[in-house]
Amino acid sequence: MMDLLNILLSDSFWAAALRIATPLIFGVLGALICERSGVLNLGIEGIFVVGAMTGWMAVWLGAGLWGGVLIAALSGALFGLLHAVLTVPLGLSQHVSGLGITMFATSVSYYTYRTALPNVSSPPRIEPFQPLDLPVLSDLPFLGPVLFQQTALTWLALALVALVWYVLNRTALGVAIRAVGDNPNAIEAQGLSVYALRMGAIVAGSALMALGGAFLTMSAFDAFFFGMVNGRGWVCIALVIFASWRPGKALLGALLFGAFDALQVRLQTEMGALVPGQVFLMVPYILSIIALVVAARSAEYPRALLTPWFKGQR
Amino acid sequence: MIRIEPRPAPSRAFAIGIPVLSALMALGFAAIPLLAAGANPITAYGEMVRGVFGSVFAVSEMLTRATPLIFTGLAAALAFRAKLWNIGAEGQLYLGAMAAVAVGAGAFDLPGLLLVPLIIVMGAAAGAAGMVAPTYLKTRFGADEVVTTLLLNFIILIFLQMMLEGPLQDPMGLGWPQSAPVLDQGMLPPLMDRMRVHSGLILALVLAAVAQVMLARSVWGFRLRAVGENAAAARHAGIRVNRSLFGVAAISGGLAGLAGVSEVAGLKGYLTADLSPGFGYTGIVVAMLAGLSPLGVVVAALFIASVFVGADSMSRAMGVSSFLADLVVSVSLLCVLVGGFIARYRILWSRKPEVAS
Repeated sequence: MMDLLNILLSDSFWAAALRIATPLIFGVLGALICERSGVLNLGIEGIFVVGAMTGWMAVWLGAGLWGGVLIAALSGALFGLLHAVLTVPLGLSQHVSGLGITMFATSVSYYTYRTALPNVSSPPRIEPFQPLDLPVLSDLPFLGPVLFQQTALTWLALALVALVWYVLNRTALGVAIRAVGDNPNAIEAQGLSVYALRMGAIVAGSALMALGGAFLTMSAFDAFFFGMVNGRGWVCIALVIFASWRPGKALLGALLFGAFDALQVRLQTEMGALVPGQVFLMVPYILSIIALVVAARSAEYPRALLTPWFKGQR
Repeated sequence: MIRIEPRPAPSRAFAIGIPVLSALMALGFAAIPLLAAGANPITAYGEMVRGVFGSVFAVSEMLTRATPLIFTGLAAALAFRAKLWNIGAEGQLYLGAMAAVAVGAGAFDLPGLLLVPLIIVMGAAAGAAGMVAPTYLKTRFGADEVVTTLLLNFIILIFLQMMLEGPLQDPMGLGWPQSAPVLDQGMLPPLMDRMRVHSGLILALVLAAVAQVMLARSVWGFRLRAVGENAAAARHAGIRVNRSLFGVAAISGGLAGLAGVSEVAGLKGYLTADLSPGFGYTGIVVAMLAGLSPLGVVVAALFIASVFVGADSMSRAMGVSSFLADLVVSVSLLCVLVGGFIARYRILWSRKPEVAS
């Protein structure tokens, strides 16, 4: 019991929780924007892979860290555009299209990686984002290590939570995005384009998802590995429902997930002799399912989610 | 002005032509990544064809690869017909495989006539349980089965590693994470001398035929299709929707479990954590290419298996990454989706927007 308390009070634990939460924050925000406009984007898992691969490869080819971030976001946006074309004007099954995008994006990434680096056993490493070193702030007790020694990408994620909240709740664009996910006919009656709003939301959301992947290769690790995304995208899809499509709750959900994940790693080292390590590895996925089950009953899905809309057909 | 309107009745020619065209288009698109890798596409396609049809051995390899894909393709096709999104065939496959070695690798020293059916039934039951559970979460709590089945895949894979380092580990295996071998009399017999193709293929073909007849002709099939087309209307018509969902969940999961049984007891003989290179996920593509028709699944599985076996052989000959196969498979899924749109709707270009009625 004392051990648990010691873990929960340590700054390294909370620093790890925020670090683990960062890619999920990007991913949940991305999924949230897509779903708010009425379109489920199961391409998320593959778009994570694309972001991880392209961001890392761009830096490896000399683009610079922020250049890599930009390339990752653009690649994600490109696959998002494909999903947008298939699901919005063509109105195809959002489930199948999304799974297809995940398979396509993953295989394009793997094929590109293998073709560029045919014979390497361990991937080349890049110089990743370094922990911030701010005067005074980074040296604060507790808050310093937890908040101000994270990398710039974590701060970008936190800033995006605020930005997405602001756009969705305080701007005309945000009202339109929320409305097109609830009642597209009302949007058309206002003379706005349902197609443009939905496609724009999917492209923007997909760019954010790719940043989640980029964080993995450019901040959490320093290279690209097969299978490194490992279901994080699917976890985000569960967290969006847990967050009832709200950016603030999305941040909370990602942080809770990060905290539990950081905790299971520490408990694993403490109790490794008693319980097989795999039991702890399952915990994050089981928690996601539990979160989904708890939230599902009261979840207020965007009313037009999964429903295609065609111009001139009511 | 572009208008989209439904076609009066999608013709049969579309139903067969679209998947075939999609598959060919996906293969055609593969020329781009081949060129990017510096390979001559014509030579590469030649190598692929030779790798699949060049010898009896090659054809046997292709049929061996198609066997699990027929099972997982059927699993996806039947569930999707009822709009039950089982994306968890990968996990259910491993549940079936674990059950197969749990009963087949020495726990029961029965004669083959009893042991083989026992392995098949237990494997199917384990897979079925793996889909019934998320279906319960869906019907009872409204938890989206897409997300739960996807997450279960990861949980089951970790559970598998735990079993292979624990209760299911081969005591004679020098500490490798693999199970003890299935007893000789528990193995599904091979179909040809010195070839890997095995009688799991026969089981898959029989089940595809049964599924085809049941879906088209039986009351069960009618209920399933009614639930998939309009659950509210089906409920109104007195169909017990949840009961139908649990039924198809058990069958779908069971079929995916049989993919694991057939790989373990038909091909490998023992279980490792890399038994399936994504057969569960590829089954979704097979089902979509098949237009969710059970007999179509057989054809689609043969095509996808050819792509994999051909790409493997081409990859060895020319040094192009075998991820090319995954690329072709995913592009064929996207093509068949777009093709489905063209079959169902026609796009009209008119000068003036017509008044919506």
